[in-house]
Amino acid sequence: MAAGPKAPVAFEGLGKLDKPMSAALTWVDTRFPLMANWKAHLSEYYAPKNFNFWYFFGSLAMLVLVIQIVTGIFLVMHYKPDANLNSAGIPIAFASVEYIMREVPWGWLVRYMHSTGASAFFVIIYLHMFRGLIYGSYRKPRELIWVFGVMIFLCLMAEAFFGYLLPWGQMSFWGAQVIVNLFAAIPIIGPDLAIWIRGDYVVGDATLNRFFAFHVIAIPLVLLGLVAAHILALHEVGSNNPDGVEINDRKDPKTGIPLDGIPFHPYYTVHDMVGVSVFLIIFSAIVFFAPEMGGYFLEYNNFIPADPLKTPAHIAPVWYFTPYYSILRAMVWNWFWIDAKVWGVVAMGASNMIFFALPWLDRSPVKSIRYRPSLHHWIYAAFVVCFFILGYLGTLPPSFWGEKISQVCTVIYFGFFVGMPWWSRWGQFKAVPDRVTM
Amino acid sequence: MKKLLAFLVVSFGLAFGVSAADGPAIPLDKAPNVSGDATRLQHGAKLFINHCLNCHGASAMRYNRLMELGLTEQQVKDNLLFTGEKVGDMMTTALSRADGKKFFGAVPPDLSLIARSRSSHDGSGADWLYTYLRTFYKDEARDTGWNNVLFPNVGMPHVLYEYQGLRHAVFVDKKDPHDSSKTVRTFERFEPVKPGSMNQTEYNEAMANLVGFMQWMAEPIQTQRRQLGVFVLMFLGLLAACAFWLNSTFWRDIH
Repeated sequence: MAAGPKAPVAFEGLGKLDKPMSAALTWVDTRFPLMANWKAHLSEYYAPKNFNFWYFFGSLAMLVLVIQIVTGIFLVMHYKPDANLNSAGIPIAFASVEYIMREVPWGWLVRYMHSTGASAFFVIIYLHMFRGLIYGSYRKPRELIWVFGVMIFLCLMAEAFFGYLLPWGQMSFWGAQVIVNLFAAIPIIGPDLAIWIRGDYVVGDATLNRFFAFHVIAIPLVLLGLVAAHILALHEVGSNNPDGVEINDRKDPKTGIPLDGIPFHPYYTVHDMVGVSVFLIIFSAIVFFAPEMGGYFLEYNNFIPADPLKTPAHIAPVWYFTPYYSILRAMVWNWFWIDAKVWGVVAMGASNMIFFALPWLDRSPVKSIRYRPSLHHWIYAAFVVCFFILGYLGTLPPSFWGEKISQVCTVIYFGFFVGMPWWSRWGQFKAVPDRVTM
Repeated sequence: MKKLLAFLVVSFGLAFGVSAADGPAIPLDKAPNVSGDATRLQHGAKLFINHCLNCHGASAMRYNRLMELGLTEQQVKDNLLFTGEKVGDMMTTALSRADGKKFFGAVPPDLSLIARSRSSHDGSGADWLYTYLRTFYKDEARDTGWNNVLFPNVGMPHVLYEYQGLRHAVFVDKKDPHDSSKTVRTFERFEPVKPGSMNQTEYNEAMANLVGFMQWMAEPIQTQRRQLGVFVLMFLGLLAACAFWLNSTFWRDIH
């Protein structure tokens, strides 16, 4: 690119400091595309003006990502990934978490922020994904934003899974044991694969150390790259909105600015501050008053050090994994002489992977749920209800009726996606307006 | 919308009806809350160190942290330390893990976090401990000579029997609610055999103190955590008000 001389940056608003600020910014801007990026992504990134409640969760996900990284850095300073027993007979990893809780100044706060942050991350991501679902934000030209988003979701699940082993409590240990053993069900290569993942014949010190490496560096690196790709793709094509109207189709002929667009900064930065402060109130209420969240954010059994010789009576994953865990348990048939366990793993994997196909499964003539027939509202409701029921059943020990209900819900879960090319075209659609509605 | 809501409610109702987790052997008694009472927590600490720490460790706790219960360092040194221990030492037990296994069939668990790990949807960890410590009975069929109603065939003997006294437990065969052809052995009542040095009320109070101490020990910062939380929420409330005001000011012109 031919780099012509750039216009000097004119800074205003600080009175006497305007001149030195302008000079400093000009100095940087002639060496780095500072103003170009500021404009492209904030002050001249035009977002639809009709964002509603559902549009808070993108920026909140970024906030929680930052919380997790910053608290994570401080936890790593004191945590020790060591499964050996200390002189009191407690695994060193487990004891180091209690050391953080009791001896490190403010360690308890950092740890509770991190453990609550993990659950908050999933709450936010699920709501963020649901927003995409109901407003058709994955439709052309936003397919790649969605694909990057699903990859972020998968990374997040890996991150949570690896991180959950680190406190080295009973649930950490046995949860990892159950999940890694699933891989052993794969025909022929399964048993060796499971050993390769664990680095040992049982979940042990080798497993703990490699999960630590994945949790603190490998997955976060990938995650950050994907988040950058997610946002770059978004800013390339522009944000969708609750009406599913393309604001870039109607621009002011003089300025070239979308008629329904407003600059992200300051309008959505001040808007997101409201979301952030309300979120922080809920987040702090949990951190300070209910960090265990009734055993759902910090499981009670995980306050017992990992004991490879004592299997807990009931092993349940943390709440954000339970829908998929239910789908896994719903598969009880040995189809084609292959063990039901393998089908469970396949179904569980498919229940996540199927999100990738969403942009190409939806054939409805409109994007937003607002202009879809009421039949579609019922289908979305059935899907959400099934997701919640699967999630709830996944926290319970197996039972006869639990199994039957989870099988029905699994069929509806997959039916929602597999049937989408057909049902998304059924019914009487409403007319989509030319411009967004406030 | 109303139909949708009704549909959601009924669906959840059906799913929640499935929950059939096995409850505890007997309903848990609610542990009295003694968290604000330093004298009772100090008594609990004394009971814990004199009776529990002989076999169980509390290896995440330091002795000098007991000063947060209102004791001076000298009081901790004079009353609560075993010979040769320093006030900055961890509250470990003298019983080796190998001996523990030999004596009781299982290593006595570390009690630092017992009040958190014994929590369940049936009750708090404190409720569990309060019930457990009050339901021991004499059982000659057991190696230790003791048994427990809440935790049948537990390896631990009734170390506090001198306080509570000797009791037998009376069980009756009742019909199994799930299968009428079977009966289940159900706890009915205790029969006092020999009184201890405390009457029942005194013993219950002592156990409430002990459990209160263990509840504190499981998370010593819990009081500060809640106190700080109030200020954090007040600050965030102000921040939210400012954010709302800023937002509405900026958005006044957007229609």
